[in-house]
Amino acid sequence: MNVTMKRKTRVPQNRRPLLAALLALPLGLSACAGGTAEEAFEAQPGALQIYSSQHRNVTEAWAEAFTRETGIETQVREGQDSSMGHMIVQEGKASPADVFLTENSPAMTVVERAGLLAPVDESTTAQVGDGMAPSSGLWTAIAARSTVLVYNTDQISEDELPASIMDLANPEWAGKWGAAPGGADFQAIVAGMLADQGEDETRAWLEALAENAEVYQNNIATMKAVNAGEVPVGIMYHYYWYRDQAGDTEGSANTALHYFGNQDPGAFVSLSAGGVLASSDMADAAQQFLAYVTSPEGQQVLVDSGSMEYAVGNGVASDPALPALDSLEAPPVDPFTLNSDDVVAVMTDAGVL
Amino acid sequence: MPVSSRTRGVAAVAILVAAVTVLPLLVVLPAAVSAGPEHAAEYLFRPRIGELLTHTGMLVAVTVPATVVVGTLAAWLVERTALPWAGVWRTLLLAPLAVPAFVSAYAWVTVAPGLTGFAGAALITTLAYFPFVFLPVAALLRTLDPGDEEVARSLGHSSAAAVVRTVLPRLRPALSGGALLVALHLLAEYGVLEMMRFQTFTTAIMQQYAVGFSDTSGSLLASMLLALCLLALTLELVARGRRRVARVGSGAQRRAIPVALGGWTVPALLFLTAVVSLSLAVPVTTVGRWLVRALDGTGRLDADLGQVALSTLGLAVLGALAAVAAALPGAWLLNRHRSGVTLLLERTTFLASALPGVVVGLALVTLAVRWARPIYQTVGLIVLAYTILFLPRAMVSLRAGLAAAPPELSEAARSLGLRGPATFVRVVVPLIAPSVLTGFVLVALAVGTELTATLLLAPTGTDTLAMAFWREASELDYAAAAPYAAVMIAMSVPLTMLLRRQILEER
Repeated sequence: MNVTMKRKTRVPQNRRPLLAALLALPLGLSACAGGTAEEAFEAQPGALQIYSSQHRNVTEAWAEAFTRETGIETQVREGQDSSMGHMIVQEGKASPADVFLTENSPAMTVVERAGLLAPVDESTTAQVGDGMAPSSGLWTAIAARSTVLVYNTDQISEDELPASIMDLANPEWAGKWGAAPGGADFQAIVAGMLADQGEDETRAWLEALAENAEVYQNNIATMKAVNAGEVPVGIMYHYYWYRDQAGDTEGSANTALHYFGNQDPGAFVSLSAGGVLASSDMADAAQQFLAYVTSPEGQQVLVDSGSMEYAVGNGVASDPALPALDSLEAPPVDPFTLNSDDVVAVMTDAGVL
Repeated sequence: MPVSSRTRGVAAVAILVAAVTVLPLLVVLPAAVSAGPEHAAEYLFRPRIGELLTHTGMLVAVTVPATVVVGTLAAWLVERTALPWAGVWRTLLLAPLAVPAFVSAYAWVTVAPGLTGFAGAALITTLAYFPFVFLPVAALLRTLDPGDEEVARSLGHSSAAAVVRTVLPRLRPALSGGALLVALHLLAEYGVLEMMRFQTFTTAIMQQYAVGFSDTSGSLLASMLLALCLLALTLELVARGRRRVARVGSGAQRRAIPVALGGWTVPALLFLTAVVSLSLAVPVTTVGRWLVRALDGTGRLDADLGQVALSTLGLAVLGALAAVAAALPGAWLLNRHRSGVTLLLERTTFLASALPGVVVGLALVTLAVRWARPIYQTVGLIVLAYTILFLPRAMVSLRAGLAAAPPELSEAARSLGLRGPATFVRVVVPLIAPSVLTGFVLVALAVGTELTATLLLAPTGTDTLAMAFWREASELDYAAAAPYAAVMIAMSVPLTMLLRRQILEER
C-alpha cells in the first residue's frame, strides 16, 4: 500500500513541464497585455464613444474621415441591433455612449422611447431628404435600404411575379417563398403593412407566412436559397444582392430583383438611424459627428464604402447600380411608429414570434 | 465527522460562488413576471410555445442519447479493442472540440444546403458535442481494471452481462456528467440552430430581442429554459446514482486485454471514419477552401489578426482560470461532504449556463451599471460572465477528478504525518491535476468562441476572433471570415491535445 501510495501521489515527470507552462501562461499573457492589448482593452478617455450596430466597415470609414476632418478622436463599440438598443437602455443616463448608429430604426426607437436621446440639430436633419427623420426630431436617417423580392430567373419569369407582397399569402404561393421574419429588418416591413393594410389583413398575411413560407435566418440566407432554387422567390433588402453582384455573384448569379413600388408594403424603405445620447458629455462633438455623417462628404463616404446602401443626404447620388431612391414609390410610414407594441402583438398572435 | 474550520471556509467560498452564478436570474425572473401572471400565462399557453417546447425537447431527446452512444462506442473501440491505429483515432475523436459549432454549421450549410431543420440540427449538434462523452468515458475505460469483469465472468456471467454489471456502473458518473453538459449546451445553443433553421427557446429569445425588443417576453422564454435546465439537472442526479466509484490504492492494477475485433474490424473502422469525416473533415476542408480564396483574392491577411488572436487567447485563459477556481470549492465540498446542501450548491451553479449569452450579458449590464459601476466594461466583468456561462464544464471535470481522489488517501497521508495543506499539495493536487487541466481546456475552448456576451460586456475596443468571424460572415464574406475561423481552430488544436494527454495519464 505504501509503495503504491507513493507512486500515485507523484506527478509523472513528463507532466511537470506542462503544468509549469500552464501556470506561467497567464503571467506571460498579462505581461504582453501590458504592452499592446491594454490600450485596446478600455474606453479611451476624451474619444467620442460611438455605439454602432451598423456595418463595421461603414462605421469605421465615417469615424476615420470624421477624425481627419475635425481632429476629434473616436472609438467605436460594435454590437447588434438586437442587443445594443437594450444595452443602452440598461445603461440609462450612465451610458458611456455619445452617439448611437443602428442598422434599422427600431433599435433606435427603443432608446428613443426610454427618453435617452437629445434632439438632433435642425441643421443636420435639414441635410437629409423629406421623411428621413422621425417627426420627433430625436434622430436622423444616415442610410436607407429598400425591401425587394428576389427571384430565381430559371424558375419564374417576371410577369409571373406577385403584384403586391400581400399576394404571397394566397394559396398558390404556398411553399414557394422565403423570408427572414426573425430579424429586425422584417418587423419594419410588418409595421409598414400594419399602417397601410390594417390589422386583419396583416395578421392573415403573417399566418400565411408562418404556414406557407420557408423561414431563413437572414437576408443572405434567403438570397442564397433563392439562388440555389430552394424557393422561387424571397423577401430581402436590396443591398445584399447588389453587393454580391459587385463581388463574385456566388450567391445571386441565378437571380434578379423585383421592386413592388406603388406604395406597396413590399416597397418599404427602412432607415438606418443615428442619434445623440442625452447623457453624452461630448454633446457638441456628437452633434458634429451626425452633421458630418449626413453631410455630402459623409454620405459620399457611405457610397464609396461599397455597402450599396442608399445615401439619404440631399444632393448625394447613391451607387449608380441602384435605381434612384425616389423612384421606389415606398409607402409613407412615420418611422417613429415602427416597433409599436401593435406590431409585436400581431406578430406574436400570428405565431411568428 | 466534526465540521472543521477549513470546511467552513470552503463552504463559505462555495456559497459565494453559487450566489454569484444566480445573479442573472435575479434580473431575468422579475422581468418575466413584471407584466403580471395573467400576461405570462397568456404568453406561455399558446401554440407557438408548444412548438418551441416540442422542438427543444426533441433535440435534447435525440442528441443526448446519440452523443452517449457515439461517444461511448468510440471510446470502447479506441481503449478496449485491438483497433488499428488507436492512438490516431483518439486524437481525431477529440479534435472536433477544436471546431466551433457555428463554424461547423456554416460549413455544412455550404456543403449541403438541403440539410436543415430537425435532421440537420440533430446531426450537427451530435457531431459537435459527442467528445463531451467520449473524453470522460475513454479516460475511465482505459484505466478500468479488468479484474472485476473477469470475476463476474468466472461467476457465470456472459461477457456482455459482465460489462453491464461491472463496467457500466463505473461509467455512470462519466456518462451522466457528459450527457448533462451536452443537454445544457443544447438548451443554450443558438448559432447552429439558427443556421439549420430549427427553432428552439433560445432562437426564439434571440428573435424577441431582435424583433420584439421585449425584455418581458425574452425573460419569459428564458424562464422556460431555466425550468428545462432544472429538469435536466434532476434527471442527471437520478442517472448518476449514489454509488461510490473510486477504489483505494491501485492494487495490482493492469490494463485490460484488448478485445479482438475480428470480422468487426472493418465496420468499426468505417464507423470511426464516418464520425471523423463528418465532424472534422467537412468543416476543416470548407474553411481551408475559403482560406485559399482569401489568399488568392487579396494575397494578404488582416493586419489585426495577431492582435485579435492574442486578445482572444487572453480572455480564454482568464475565463478558464476563473471558472476552474470557482468550481473547485463546490466540487470538493460535494465530494467530501455530500449532503442535500452541498448538492444544491453544485446544482445551482449549473442554472445560468442554460441561458443564452445575450440573456446573461444583458442581465450583467443591468446589475453592473446599477451596483458595480467601476467594473462595467472591464475585463473583470466579462470574465465573470464567462465563469457563470461555462462553470459546468469545469465542475463536471473536477467532480470526476475528485471522485478518483477519495478522502481515505488524504486521511492516510495525514496519519503519516503530513499537515492539511501539504496533504492537499502532495496527494490531492496530483490526483486531480488532469481533471483541472480538462476543465481549464474545456472552458477556454468555449470562451474562445463566445460571441453575444462578449459583444455586450467586453471593454470597448476589444476585438475577438468570434467577433471578427461573425462580422465578416454576416457580410457574406466567407473568404474574409476564413482566417479568423482558421486561427480559432488552430489555437484550439493544442488545447484538445492536452485533453488527449488526460486520457493517457489518468489514474
